[in-house]
Amino acid sequence: MKAFAALLERLAFTPSRNAKLQLLQHYLERIPDPDRGWALAALTGDLQLRTVTPSLLRGLAAERVDDQLLSLSYDFVGDLAETIALIWPDGAQNDPPLSQAVALLQGTGKAALPAAIAAMLDRLGPSERLAFLKLATGNLRIGVSARMARLALAGMGAPTVPELEEIWHGLTPPYAPLFGWIAGGVKPESAALAPFRPVMLSTPTDLAELSALEPTDFHAEWKWDGIRVQAVSDGGVRRLYSRTGEDISTAFPDVIAAMEFDGTVDGELLVRRDAEVAPFGDLQKRLNRKSVGKGLLTSHPAGLRLYDLLIWQGRDLRGLPLEERRAILDSADFGPRIDVSPLLDFANWDDLAALRADPPAAVIEGVMIKRRDSPYIAGRPRGPWFKWKRDPMVVDAVLLYAQRGHGKRSGFHSDFTFGLWDGADLVPVGKAYFGFTDAELRELDRFVRANTVERFGPVRQLAPKLVVEVAFEGLNRSTRHKSGVAMRFPRISRIRWDKPAAEADHLSTLEAML
Amino acid sequence: MQADRILHPTEAGLYCPEGGFHIDPLRPVERALITHGHSDHARAGHGAVLATAQTLDIMRLRMGPDFAGTTQIADGPLRIGGVTVDFRPAGHVLGSSQISVTSGDCRIVVSGDYSRAPNPTCAPFEPVACDVFVTEATFGLPVFRFPGPATQVAKLIASMAEFPDRPHLIGAYALGKAQHVIALMREAGYDAPIAIHGALQAMCDYYRTQGVDLGVLVPATADQVTAQLVIAPPSAFASPWVQRFRDPVIGFASGWMAVRARARQRGVELPLVISDHVDWPALTATLTELSPSEVWVTHGAEEGVIRWCELAQIPARPLRLVGYEDEAE
Repeated sequence: MKAFAALLERLAFTPSRNAKLQLLQHYLERIPDPDRGWALAALTGDLQLRTVTPSLLRGLAAERVDDQLLSLSYDFVGDLAETIALIWPDGAQNDPPLSQAVALLQGTGKAALPAAIAAMLDRLGPSERLAFLKLATGNLRIGVSARMARLALAGMGAPTVPELEEIWHGLTPPYAPLFGWIAGGVKPESAALAPFRPVMLSTPTDLAELSALEPTDFHAEWKWDGIRVQAVSDGGVRRLYSRTGEDISTAFPDVIAAMEFDGTVDGELLVRRDAEVAPFGDLQKRLNRKSVGKGLLTSHPAGLRLYDLLIWQGRDLRGLPLEERRAILDSADFGPRIDVSPLLDFANWDDLAALRADPPAAVIEGVMIKRRDSPYIAGRPRGPWFKWKRDPMVVDAVLLYAQRGHGKRSGFHSDFTFGLWDGADLVPVGKAYFGFTDAELRELDRFVRANTVERFGPVRQLAPKLVVEVAFEGLNRSTRHKSGVAMRFPRISRIRWDKPAAEADHLSTLEAML
Repeated sequence: MQADRILHPTEAGLYCPEGGFHIDPLRPVERALITHGHSDHARAGHGAVLATAQTLDIMRLRMGPDFAGTTQIADGPLRIGGVTVDFRPAGHVLGSSQISVTSGDCRIVVSGDYSRAPNPTCAPFEPVACDVFVTEATFGLPVFRFPGPATQVAKLIASMAEFPDRPHLIGAYALGKAQHVIALMREAGYDAPIAIHGALQAMCDYYRTQGVDLGVLVPATADQVTAQLVIAPPSAFASPWVQRFRDPVIGFASGWMAVRARARQRGVELPLVISDHVDWPALTATLTELSPSEVWVTHGAEEGVIRWCELAQIPARPLRLVGYEDEAE
């Protein structure tokens, strides 16, 4: 437990993704099976354990500690599991392995659980008690995605991220065959039906780059503003995956039900009402859910718009040219909720530029350009596929607050809140952390230090003087933001040292872009 | 009660009418007895100051030569007016003392800030039998059980090995904590040069004159600091000084780091639970050991300590002195 607890604590305070990755990889390299497998499953949320209620924990603590002191402590610490971990009397610490704690939480009956938890707490030191209680309450909150886990695993041995993705969904904790493979053993056979296949990604482009290419070598399609998914229907098993291989099937039963085909298809997940495709904000309401209610299924029906086939009726098409895959895709009948993204008609890049500039629907965010002869290659090869996104929207906003960054930006104010005019007031409309160069970061930091009017802990309120051009990819209505709108992917595209704050944009300008 | 006549709280701090002095007064007074050099206990502008030689040196270093009208070194029991005062080590920082005030057969010990954990940079706490023990309660809740400092130093050393290319910047207050952290690193066998922020230089130099071995220290003021370990006062992390370091790991050495929410507020990546105050087990063990007939609680989490005393059937009350912050933490 000691090593697991130390890892959890370190990850909890480490903001940088690379540093997290390194800590995770070194842990997995150092710790033997099965503990590392259990740890990995716990971090990625793939560990099914009995959940222990706060009232059970509180009851246990009340048996050991004066109730008034417990309450005072809880008020101070603010987290019940942490309070109990800190306050629990030290017993004989003998560092039981994580697998024992997991077995306890998996296999203990309800009646025996309180005594078993207390006995385990008696064997642990304070950090390990916290790790155990976080595990027991199902509340690690560490932020390690399955993708990050696969990156760490790929750093340990020969198997690459795409290879790991391919077998990921057939694996169960504590993953002994997986670690065996990484150590040079045999590749585990993917036992699961409907596995995820690593996807092919595009690179951004512009007219200058395209001009050097022959237009007739390429297909073009609209770039839809949904999320890229892979839908797999295999021997009666149906799954919907995000492009990083997260299984999102449970949130989309309507799409799963409509997948009346046999194969692995590539396309865009969209909310669709009859012929019309709804904006991204509507799709967002359906994302990140464990389950979905009837109301939402009716008001926000989801569907697929396909653009490629990987496997079709038992045949792997990935080695074929796009043109041939596309012909098979066009000849298939998918029934309701699923259709095929149309090809665009263009003779030269100027034609395509004109289409891109004036798409038929707001939910189109540019065009995709793909070589007709491209096989389906996992990863992001440069050349076969391009995305040519529409120009970002921009507003001129006033910097209102700044906060210091971490890691490489330690000591610099790099996190900015900006606002727009609403009558005589400036209303915060978003935050931006990037878009500026290192030299600009220094200038911004100097501005922040010289123009701080008040401090709230790590946050500085600024004199509303500096105008920045904020570029963003889209806008959604939002009830969580004071301004009522939320930007997607906002960044500072220019610093307008020249522009007086009074000439910054108004909220109404932003609302008009909705 | 008799003890109340010997010492009682006033707006300026604890006052002894028979001796005509205040202990750690919060505003300028005629005569002050100072437990230790932290700025919330040791202020400038008193008429006369009585303190240990080291505390007087430290006050001079921090506030300049004219910090008080006159000064007197506390050395052995001393009769002041109708009372006898004595200064005994508190184990908190260099020069820190408890002050015992005896009148007739009643003795009150004002412990100031104190610690029971071994500290290579100062003399250990010396228990003094007393009728009233005046205790701090900075960490007066049972959630504060500090791990051994060696485990925290090991954590720092492990992090420096895990991220060998990242400088480790550890926040530690200039008086006491900074030297404590450096000395702990030296005890753990770390003998590479340690860089210190300019604000720590004078105090580290002074500690050395008092026989505290801090090893090789180099200034962290150059554009290029080559030492991987850098100690700085916490305020330095908000200043542009930090910008000279590439991708630093920022840590903070404090008892408050035992609680995650506190560590998050600080925005640190490496919380180190290293304290110069008593934690809950040490505080309650001290009360048990001294077994005073009454406990007075100065500052911190008074309710926790008072509840413990209630359970242990020791009369206790808060003094509600306002103005002591936790500079040392």
